[in-house]
Amino acid sequence: MPLKHDIEFTLNGVSTRATVPVDMSTLTMMREVLGLTGTKYGCGEGECGACTIVVDGVSVNSCLMFAVDCDGRQVATIEGLAADPRADALREAFVAHGAVQCGFCTPGMMMQASHLLATHPGADEETIKRGIEGNLCRCTGYRKIVDAIASVADKAPPAAPGQGEPS
Amino acid sequence: MNVAEKKALIERDSLIGKRIAKMDAPEKASGKTRYVHDIDLPGQLYGKILRSSRVHALIKRIDTSKARALPGVHVVITAADVPDQRPIGVAKDHLPLKTDRVRSQRDEIAAVAAVSEEIAERALRLIEVEYEDLPVVSDAQAAIEPGATLIHPEPHGVEHHHLSLKKAGAPVAFVGKTDNIAMRFDYAHGDVAQGEAESDVVIEDTFRLHYVTHCCMGVSGILAEFDASGNLLMYSNTQVPFLHKREFAEYLNMDPARIRIIQPPIGGGFGSKLDIYPFEVICVFLARAARRPVKMVFSREEEFLASPTRQPVLLTLRSGCTKDGTLTFRQVHTLHDNGAYTSWGATTPFVMMQTFSSLYRVPHCDYHTVAVYTNNPYAGSFRGYGNLQATFAVEAHMDKLAEAIGMDPLEFRLKNAQEPGEVTGQGMTFKSCGFRDCLTTAATRSDYRRKHRENAARQKDPDPVKRGIGMASMLHVGGGAKIYPSDGCGTILKLDDFAHVTLITGASEIGQGSETVLAQLVCEELGLPISAVTVVNNDTDITPWDVGVHASRTTFIAGNSAIGAARKARAKILAAAAKKFDCADGELELRGGHVIRADSGEALTDLARLIRSLHFSDRAELVMTTYYYEPPSQHQDKGFKGDVSAAYAWATQVVEVEVDTQTGIVKMTRVTGAHDVGRVLNRLGIEGQIEGGVVMGQGYALTENLMVENGVVRNPNFRDYKLVTAPEIPEMDVSFIESMDGEGPQGAKGVGEAPAICIAAATANAIYNATGVRIYDLPFTPERVYRALAGRAEKPVLKPWQPA
Repeated sequence: MPLKHDIEFTLNGVSTRATVPVDMSTLTMMREVLGLTGTKYGCGEGECGACTIVVDGVSVNSCLMFAVDCDGRQVATIEGLAADPRADALREAFVAHGAVQCGFCTPGMMMQASHLLATHPGADEETIKRGIEGNLCRCTGYRKIVDAIASVADKAPPAAPGQGEPS
Repeated sequence: MNVAEKKALIERDSLIGKRIAKMDAPEKASGKTRYVHDIDLPGQLYGKILRSSRVHALIKRIDTSKARALPGVHVVITAADVPDQRPIGVAKDHLPLKTDRVRSQRDEIAAVAAVSEEIAERALRLIEVEYEDLPVVSDAQAAIEPGATLIHPEPHGVEHHHLSLKKAGAPVAFVGKTDNIAMRFDYAHGDVAQGEAESDVVIEDTFRLHYVTHCCMGVSGILAEFDASGNLLMYSNTQVPFLHKREFAEYLNMDPARIRIIQPPIGGGFGSKLDIYPFEVICVFLARAARRPVKMVFSREEEFLASPTRQPVLLTLRSGCTKDGTLTFRQVHTLHDNGAYTSWGATTPFVMMQTFSSLYRVPHCDYHTVAVYTNNPYAGSFRGYGNLQATFAVEAHMDKLAEAIGMDPLEFRLKNAQEPGEVTGQGMTFKSCGFRDCLTTAATRSDYRRKHRENAARQKDPDPVKRGIGMASMLHVGGGAKIYPSDGCGTILKLDDFAHVTLITGASEIGQGSETVLAQLVCEELGLPISAVTVVNNDTDITPWDVGVHASRTTFIAGNSAIGAARKARAKILAAAAKKFDCADGELELRGGHVIRADSGEALTDLARLIRSLHFSDRAELVMTTYYYEPPSQHQDKGFKGDVSAAYAWATQVVEVEVDTQTGIVKMTRVTGAHDVGRVLNRLGIEGQIEGGVVMGQGYALTENLMVENGVVRNPNFRDYKLVTAPEIPEMDVSFIESMDGEGPQGAKGVGEAPAICIAAATANAIYNATGVRIYDLPFTPERVYRALAGRAEKPVLKPWQPA
């Protein structure tokens, strides 16, 4: 059996401990060790964005990050975003603009969008399209996702998950 | 009831045509939706499949002893462990676990159930397989030559001593074939020789349509469990649960009544889940052997290798017209690369021939397909079902014929376009038909005529980036398709004590928004807000029968079924209210959650209060209704003639491109679409369907290409199989033509497949408009376009073939 490692990190604002094999991805840890299934497996090689999470303020394909590398970091997943009232506007925009069909890409898309708006408040359409370039969607043709993000882009920036609480 | 409430007036309100948010979107946007991948059962094992390392070979030996000995492994199975397995699929030519030979790279040899995915994968690596290679047949034209290596030379399936297991009508074995022909389709109306004799212009071209695959963002998965009494429960991504229940029963030699299918929310369908695939049957075998729940989920690589594709086609079209612009005939030969096994891809001629025979008025039409076995991946059903391929050829010829006689391409199309009331040579009756409006609306909104003329005039300008505009139109079933004995759908509707509706429908939801549209249709009848409806649609033990989500049928068929149940509930409620308020039923209406006076809008009672009074009375009457809707369509006869759908959908799409002649890069800048959808029910949902379909069509036209070389898929990943990303999408202008179909729910027709169909065809016409060069094979990658512009394109060739 592979070597296991104890790690401690902040997950969606809560101090979390886990014992994980050294070769386990953060995606697998979230889904199978911590029971957080909102983060999706789409390809396992960083090409589709369905597993997007935010680590220390940077959006990451969690399939490409070793779980042990979460040690000591601030990690945010869709479950954290869903529980954060500051992200309500973004979620409501996704719903109201029809940005959700099968919904499988949606958690990753929401994470990427919230990260984009945190780092690029007031982002224009071109910036939004570039910002979600790494997130594949097979249902919507992206138009309504872009519209949803744009509709909240010039409002107060939503939650910046994983960047810690504003001081 | 207080006085103020009694005098309240309620205005008529309708949800039809509004932008209604998808009911399950909040859950999905919160990451709370549980897909099959997210469901775990206590005691669950993980299933994995060992696939062939060869494309075509005899299996000489399989040794699973080391895998069986690995700690954590519960079960290892090969074909030898399931002697009762039966051939599956459309032609019943496919054993889930292969016996003596493998016929393609995806072929299943053994399967493992273990306590973890990791151990199951390790066990697979311990299985030893010895092969004897056979010649690989990867070219459909070579496969059809006399003397070609046969793909299914011998019978396979249940051996003789198991014949006692056979149930009436259930094939136990595939008998084998003396050639590689999987299926043939031959259709004709009129006399093409006469049509050709009457033609002033005749053209013939061969087109090559490539492999693409669905790329659902959620990979394939299943969870299977037997209870202590031997009843089977499957959590499945299927699009056709009731058909699967019956088929699984056949494959497992079980009573169908003992099979229950639950459909968790699905991460994309697009037609990929219409057939039963080996992994599903194998997972059930593992669960049966292990007596534990077994979950099987693909990797993305496995999804690329072992999922169906869109049907690749070689197609020769011969067309003619007279000088005045009247179409005279069409003659079509296609060669379908069937792959190693037969799934729905082989049957795409059902749809393809409709486009050739009936999109435009064609007095003489002759259509032939031969689907031929090869060692390539096998094709299934995929949004559009052959219509992308057929439309690609037809619409290229509409432009070419128009040019040959010097007629404006829009004028030429309008002259030959079908109109309401026409009956085509194939027997399709167009009760509602907004085709002409589609053509003129898309042309006007895109300024097609002016741009087409100006772009053509600028082909020789020095600017290396050329602009082009092209149009294409489509006809597709819009009121179901009577392929199975029934094309119907059942509904059970109940109102609880608080006037909350539970709509129990057979219709499957695959992300397209059917649950929201069905709820809207019920609300329209019962005068309720959308929040007053819960939709139950995912459990064969609960929901009434439905043929499944395919053929753009759900809004039309399940919609009419839901309306039927809601109208019965409405009649019961109004009858009770009329009695209570001592008036006639017709004087009352349901609005805003109340019973009101129809003439004044005065609210008489809160609906919930009325229903409670019905419920808690001496003669309790609960409001529960059922309805089964069967569309008034016909089965086709043996010559494929008949009015197969209750309604037909139409669309015209105009594509604008920029072609960089120095690099061959084609940029899709704008798509203008006009869709005859009957009536818009949910504007938000239908826009989403159109936009998603357009971008899927864009991928088919420009970027997506499943590269298959000698039977091997060379690009089973998203890095090398290129889906369209957000920055590449075109500007989209969508118009709806509301032809108000008389049979459609509130006038609506199906739309799910339509938007993907025309894009590649219109793009080809746009590239021609930009450059003067026509390209006959897809996709329009920079390399292909560059070569074509340099005059070095190889035109596809389809050798004439006659049956021996």
